[in-house]
Order: sequence, then C-alpha cells, then structure tokens
Amino acid sequence: MLVSLFVTCLVDQLWSSVGVSTVEVLRRAGCEVQFDERQTCCSQPAFNTGYRNEARQVARRFIEVFESSEAQAIVTPSGSCAAMAHHLPELFDGDERWEIRARSVADKTYELSSFLVRVLKCENLGASWSGRVTWHDACHGLRDLNIKTEPRRLISKVKGAEFVEMDNADSCCGFGGTFSVKYPEISLAILDQKIEAIERAKVDAVISSDASCLMQIGGRLSRKGSSVKVMHIAELLASQS
Amino acid sequence: MNHLSSETFDDNAKSALADVQLRGALRNATSLFGKRRLAAAAGLQNWEELRSRARSIKDDVLLHLDQHLEQFVANAESRGAHFHWARDATEANQIICKLIADRGGKKIVKSKSMTTEETHLNVALEAAGMEVVETDLGEYIIQLAEETPSHIIVPAIHKTKRQISELFTSELGIPPTDDVDKLTATARATLRDRFAEADVGISGVNFGIADSGTILIVENEGNIRLTTSLPRTHIAVMGIEKILPRFADVDVFLKLLPRSGTGQSLTTYQSFITGVKQSETAEGPDELHVVMLDNGRSRMLAHPVTRQSLACIRCGACLNACPVYQQIGGHAYGSVYPGPIGAVITPQLVGLEKTAQLPYASSLCGACREVCPVKIDIPRLLLHLRNEITEANGQKRSAERMAFRLWATVMSRTWLYKLGARVGGVFQSLLVRDGKIGRINKFGWLAPPLLAWTSGRDLRPIEQKTFRDKWHSELKQRD
Repeated sequence: MLVSLFVTCLVDQLWSSVGVSTVEVLRRAGCEVQFDERQTCCSQPAFNTGYRNEARQVARRFIEVFESSEAQAIVTPSGSCAAMAHHLPELFDGDERWEIRARSVADKTYELSSFLVRVLKCENLGASWSGRVTWHDACHGLRDLNIKTEPRRLISKVKGAEFVEMDNADSCCGFGGTFSVKYPEISLAILDQKIEAIERAKVDAVISSDASCLMQIGGRLSRKGSSVKVMHIAELLASQS
Repeated sequence: MNHLSSETFDDNAKSALADVQLRGALRNATSLFGKRRLAAAAGLQNWEELRSRARSIKDDVLLHLDQHLEQFVANAESRGAHFHWARDATEANQIICKLIADRGGKKIVKSKSMTTEETHLNVALEAAGMEVVETDLGEYIIQLAEETPSHIIVPAIHKTKRQISELFTSELGIPPTDDVDKLTATARATLRDRFAEADVGISGVNFGIADSGTILIVENEGNIRLTTSLPRTHIAVMGIEKILPRFADVDVFLKLLPRSGTGQSLTTYQSFITGVKQSETAEGPDELHVVMLDNGRSRMLAHPVTRQSLACIRCGACLNACPVYQQIGGHAYGSVYPGPIGAVITPQLVGLEKTAQLPYASSLCGACREVCPVKIDIPRLLLHLRNEITEANGQKRSAERMAFRLWATVMSRTWLYKLGARVGGVFQSLLVRDGKIGRINKFGWLAPPLLAWTSGRDLRPIEQKTFRDKWHSELKQRD
C-alpha cells in the first residue's frame, strides 16, 4: 500500500528518530512510504488556543499538501495530530468548499498503531527489545480515535518486552498543548500523578504514541534524574536488538 | 471568608496547589466517586444506550422548550402551583423575598440547590432580614464555615473530617470528635428544630415533568422531603431548561443521575411533587410557588453550538473525572459552577470578560465527555469559547496573538518553517547542556513559554539534523 507520511512538526524538528522508525515500521509492514517535503503542521496549536483564523491558514496548507497525494492513506505517528486532521472539517464549518476538501484528507488520515492493526491487520513487526514496559494512553488517540487495544496488541508481540499495565494509564499527563505553559503549575501537578504511577510500575520504559506526551513525561523524568526511558511506539516496533 | 474571583484563576489555582489538606481530600474523594461511578455504570447492560436516549430527550426538550414549558406550567397550575418568571438572578431573589415577606415569614429552611447558589439567594434573604438555614449536611457545613460549595453535588468535598469537627466545636459547641456519626447526629439535632419552626421551605428542582406538572427532586438525607413538606409554603427554584417531556422519561434519568453523581443505583429519596395538597385533610404545604429562572439560559439556547450545555443534569461526574479539578478543587474557578461544565457554563452566564481564563483551564483530555451521562461534548464547547474569547479581544495586540500570527505565517510556508528550525537551533545553543534544555535562568523573558516549560521539565532541543534532512540523505528510496 502506498502511504503518505505526515511526520508532524514536533517529530520533524525535535525527535527525528521517531520519524525514521515510523518509515522503517511501515516499510516492514509492506508499505511504500512517500514524504511530501512541503508539509509543516496540522494547525492544532492555534485551533486549541482559540485562534481559528490562524489555524485555518495553516490547515489550508496541510490540506493542499496531502490532498495532492495519490497515497491510499496518510499515516502519522501521533494520535493528537491524527485527531486534529479529523477536526478539520469542523474548523471549516460554513465554508463548504474547504469543508469537503478537509473531509477528504481527514477520512484517510490514521494514527500509526491503529493503521497497522486496523487497516494492515499487521501486529507482529518482528521487533525485539528487552525490558519491562508500560503504555500511556494519549488522550486524543484514546478518546477522539478510540485507540486502546491496538498499541497493547502491538507491544505484546515485541520479543523480549515484558508489558505491565500502570495505574490510570488512561489519565491525562497534563500536557494539553498551550495549557502546559499557560498553567505550568497545574500541568506539573497532573504530571506528577502520572510519574508516580510510572514509578510504581517499575518499568524500564514508558511507551506512547504521541511525542508531545512523551516530551512532557520524559522532561519530568529527566529533571528528576530518573532512569526510566520514554519511547515512542514507532521506536519500540522498529527496534531489533 | 473572601470568595475567589474567576479573574484570578491562575493565582487561586496556585494557592490551591499549595494546600496539602485540600489536595489530599480531593484526591480521596474524586477517585472514590470515580470508581463508584464506573462500578455503578457497569451494573447496567445498556449504559451507552441510556446516555444516547437521555441526550436525545434533552435535545428534544431544548428544541421545543417553549411548548414543553407551557405544558408543564398548565399541568402544575391545574394542581394548584403558582408560577413566577425571573429574567435574572436579581429578579428571582426579589420575587422570593416578596413571596416570603407577603406571608409574614422570617424563618426559612433551604435544601441544596445550585440554582439558588447561582442567584446568591442567601445573601438576598439575609439582607431582607430573614433567617435562612441550609439543611443539606454539606451545605450546612459550608454555611457554618461561611464558604461556598466547591462541588456541584458534594459541596464540602474540600473539607476533611477533622476540619468539620473543629468547625462544629467552635460553631455548635460540641466536644471535638472524629466520629462521623456523632457529627451527623449533631447536625441532625440542630436542624430538626429549624424545620419545625420554619415559615417557608426553599428547594431546587432536578426535573420538571411536563405531561404531569410534577417536580422531581432527588436526595439522600431526607432534608428535602422535610423542606418541601413541613413548612406551609414551599418555594421551588428551577432553571427553565430542567424539563422532561414525559413522566416515562424519568426512568432514564433516574438510572443515569445517581450512578453518575454518587455511584448509587438510586438515591435514598425521590420526591415527586405535583401541585399542592388536594384536600384539607391531606398533608403537605398549602402553597407551592415555582420560580422559573432564565439568567442567561435563553441566550445559551439560541446558539446552536452552546445549546447542548443546557442538557447538563448537574451530576458532577465531569468534576470528579477532570485532572485539573482533581488537583485544584472547585473554589479556584471562582464561580458557582466549577470544573469542566463550570468552565463552559460560567462564561455563558456571566460573560467572557471576567471569566476568560476558565475555558483555558483544561488540558482538553476529554475525560469529562467520556463520563457525561448526557454526552455533552465539553472539549468542543471549551474550544468554541476559546475562539469566542480571541475574537472578542478583536485586534487587540497581545503577545500571544502576535506569536500565533507569526507562527501561522511560518507554518504555511515550508521555506520559513525550515529556516525557523535553523534559527531556533542557533539560538538554543545558548541554552542546551548535555543534550537538553534545563531550567532557564537567563533569557527567560525572551520566551515566557520556555520559562514556564522548563520550570519543572527539561526540554528536548531542536535537532541538528531534522527528520526531513534524514529523509533526504538516508531514507528516500531512489530509483
């Protein structure tokens, strides 16, 4: 299957190994991967902060880039950005032409783990990684796209990885985009509950599908001098150690 | 006690976070209610179906509110109820004060009602020289402490057992005790006398049933039953949206409300009140006055997006599920209705100017939407309000607006986006140590968000080689 990779601005600039791993995993699953170098951002930061005009400006760009592809699916290593793609028709509510264009892009946009399991029916990527891991349900993937079992099934097939469910895996990490810097104290208080749950689970790595949550969790673990790693699911699935 | 304002939400939240007792109480209570709700919902096979059914009933109510209200009023009036219509809080309070004064009343018992909290009725009653006693245990505690409720259904959720004991010792003169039964018995004994001597009982309303003209109020303590049956006059205060079309609809809502609120399969008391007693020998008040409150509701009703906020049945489940509420509690919101639904309703009730922080007090995690028994899409409403706030600010030059303008310019042009990464990469070299950006001491004023982020978290720096560089050099398959 020909897929178009939407790598996301965050992964592109701050965490390129997640993008590299995504390409690796998709290729291993039998996909041909294309990457349109004109792509930037899905518009979510402005949409979520209430700046819809600015969001539309960036969203139009996003739509133009991805509607021009002949790929059957647009795949992104982020539940949050995939969910934003699904919100795009709403962003253009009342502007029929753009709403239709937005819908055509939204309809074929998938988050990586759900694409592997639901569309490709591929759960075993031949990955191996030794250590104890847990999963953090990133909110938008979980509640906007209903992704819950897919990543757990994928992780269960990773050779050498021991999966353990942490307490309140489905509760927010406190990131919330601009929320994390508008109300850093509240964001950190929420985050510390997540950190406590991770510590209780005694894992080597926390896995999730969103670089943003992982930066929030990883940033706190790093500040606390913890040895627990944060890993994107693409990195775990690409790993063959 | 100084009541907090929504305008100082950020400071209120910081104070709440520093209050160890408060956070302990919140953590215990919200997680307990959350677990109970889950267990209670799991006890019904058709939970999701019930939620959808409830929402469709509410949608019908809101689309045809005028007709349902007419039917409700006509049926209740035929059984002897009197109706009063209040445009806003002031008008509602004036109506109530006059009703009481006209009857020579002075002593009032009141049962828990968020609607009368919304109108600040107690302040108006006291200003009119009346004595009002809250008879719900939680509300009674709050009244003694001269505070406001911090939760929609558990008004004293922020208080520990010990704080309540200390309060009762100083206000009611009992010896200190940590025995909950003793504390409850003390309140009960004090309140019994108030019931017996009350001239008027004031209650809220959970549901007004149109096809029978019945008021339904649910509770656990029996104080509502007493408030609405002992005094000669009963005044019920009701938001105009609290209608159910048919008596048969009660079934759906009585399954959802207690389970969502307290995790009970049914509350201890359900008081169905249809008009007044129909014969001299029957029991109950001589008069029933229903005060119908608008106070911004018809404005909410008129808007197709925000209309759904009127479907709320005030169960409080979204508060318990909200990661923000769990950390800061209800007072920090500085509004009668706290938590996610409060952040949606309050700005619509009192205007955006003084409440503009509330819609931003959410990580948009969606836990509220997941637990809402009437499926209100709270994150969507928060996003809608955020947009209203930025538009109401018009072209006002704020640093944030400038930042988003610049961001949009950069993000809609690939060359600028790539350049931005390069420029950022150069500037950040001042800050990166050991492959990360730690707490920033210098240069923080240049980028307040960076300062905020690094106050408690390290930051990944922009990479020397971005993904697109790697795609170009290593990944792209060349034919």
